[in-house]
Amino acid sequence: MSRSLRLFLFLLLAVVAGGSRAQLTIEIVGGGATAIPIAIVPFAGENAYPLSVTQIVANDLSRSGLFKMIDGGGVNPRPARAEDVRYADWSARAADAVVVGSATPLADGRVEVRFFLLDVVRQSLLTGFTYAVPPSQLRATAHRIADVIYEKLTGDAGVFSTRIAYVAKQGARYDLFVAEADGFNPQSVVSSNEPLLSPVWSRDGTRIAYVSLENKKPVIYVQSLQSGARQVVANFRGSNSAPAWSPDGGRLAVTLSKDGASQLYLINTDGSGVARVMNSPGIDTEANFAPDGRSILFTSDRGGSPQIYRLTLASGAVERMTYEGSYNVSPRHLPDNKGFVFVRRDGSRFNIAIQDFATRQVQVLTQGALDESPSVAPNGKLIIYASEVGGRGILAAVSSDGRVKQRLTAATSDVREPAWGPLAK
Amino acid sequence: MKRMLFTVLCATFLAACQSTPPKDAGAPVEERNPSAATGTGTSTTGAGGTGVTGSAAGAGQRNPLRDPSNILSKRIVYFDYDSYVVKDEYKPMVEAHGRYLQANRGTRMAIQGHTDERGSREYNIALGQRRADALKKLMILYGATEIQIETVSFGKEKPKRDGHDESSWAENRRDEIVFVGE
Repeated sequence: MSRSLRLFLFLLLAVVAGGSRAQLTIEIVGGGATAIPIAIVPFAGENAYPLSVTQIVANDLSRSGLFKMIDGGGVNPRPARAEDVRYADWSARAADAVVVGSATPLADGRVEVRFFLLDVVRQSLLTGFTYAVPPSQLRATAHRIADVIYEKLTGDAGVFSTRIAYVAKQGARYDLFVAEADGFNPQSVVSSNEPLLSPVWSRDGTRIAYVSLENKKPVIYVQSLQSGARQVVANFRGSNSAPAWSPDGGRLAVTLSKDGASQLYLINTDGSGVARVMNSPGIDTEANFAPDGRSILFTSDRGGSPQIYRLTLASGAVERMTYEGSYNVSPRHLPDNKGFVFVRRDGSRFNIAIQDFATRQVQVLTQGALDESPSVAPNGKLIIYASEVGGRGILAAVSSDGRVKQRLTAATSDVREPAWGPLAK
Repeated sequence: MKRMLFTVLCATFLAACQSTPPKDAGAPVEERNPSAATGTGTSTTGAGGTGVTGSAAGAGQRNPLRDPSNILSKRIVYFDYDSYVVKDEYKPMVEAHGRYLQANRGTRMAIQGHTDERGSREYNIALGQRRADALKKLMILYGATEIQIETVSFGKEKPKRDGHDESSWAENRRDEIVFVGE
């Protein structure tokens, strides 16, 4: 990340953060090998608003590690429409793409944000959009513009408009926060002075399931993000934990100890219809549904050490997925169902790894000492996880090819248990 | 950023979530002692800005089971790394608790299993559960009945010590015994 961008990020945080000490700060700690050089020209008229749309777009794209920002300073007059762009100005600066646009006040108080993405190499307009939004939606609009640019230039869906959930511990207080994917606008959705863990998003992004110890035992709740109302889903005798949403949002896979050892069950999201999935000797936990809902990955020590298994729901067939090492846990499917990420122990270190279903090839993606709780972005390209620096919990993200690395820290809190929300509708 | 929070007291809400062990109507010894058992305040909020707040509070008295000269005041069993075996040194204490439950059939107990900080939070919940179950089995051998003991796990969520070394971990791998009502 360039020094000026870093300074800008810092200033922006200083301005916007004010409110919450659980605000996450994102720092790029390793970049991709091939970054697309792109110039983002400040939009005409955007200075009239407290947020710079183009700087948020630039931050989003930079953070992905797949883009290199090209300085457009000195191009005069500054283009604001596609037809104003002189391609020679940008090829001279080695930009492969250029973004221009404008922010214009409308009579009803809204802002018309217009942007154009141009291919400098082919000298052609790639795309352009116009949004009419209230000024309060300028950040969200900037994320949407970044999503459009990312998708157009990389072929993958952008995740800048998504949200993340995570747990922050400050002193004896635990908060489950929901924030924008860049860490902004953290809002506490649950606050407790007992631990909260294992948040998971419903696929439509309207609800979060999580485990709370507030009743002196693990109990599973589902909470609506719209109303804040929550419901107990599983509070059986013993421990109730490790919720996982079915893709249709109708059921959860959970781990219950009500009948003895920790075993997998399916349960409706209103707590009805609990049904045991399997009978196994030992521990079965950490279920995660395949995107098609037909199978479940889970952790079990049925073979003597914790390993990852796959259960096909229709047949009940169980297949062991991991063989290398004596501790492989916390499986999460990739959204394309071509593989999964998980936590593996190597000696005394715990790291995030990725395994391909077809080749069974494993790649270790992280190098921390205690990396855990991976959650895959809905485009499958980034994995957010919990790590530790100096005894304090931080969040980190790594690209699924291991090249791009980010670190997300909160000023005064211990942060853990990240969960990446679904694509914005 | 934080808009108006629409807050509603939610004691009923928490009550609805209360854990299951039946109330010990016949318990001869315990007084409700919420200073040990509660103090838990939990509130929820929608990301959209509305929500509910819940809190539970109370006051109570000292529990006679905590008489430091009585073996029943001993409540912690420590485990070796990756082990669920209750070591011999704890047998007299476990036996005393088992016989106490045998003599007081109305008394209910929770055994809370804990692990050290290494590894997956959820897998550690399962490991702590196994430690709690091991202690329960032993108590049943000494005369307690199944219905009297609920085993639960806190995994690595409630360490006794915050250090990141073996001496801290050794104190964190434990079962804690709590009588219902304490």
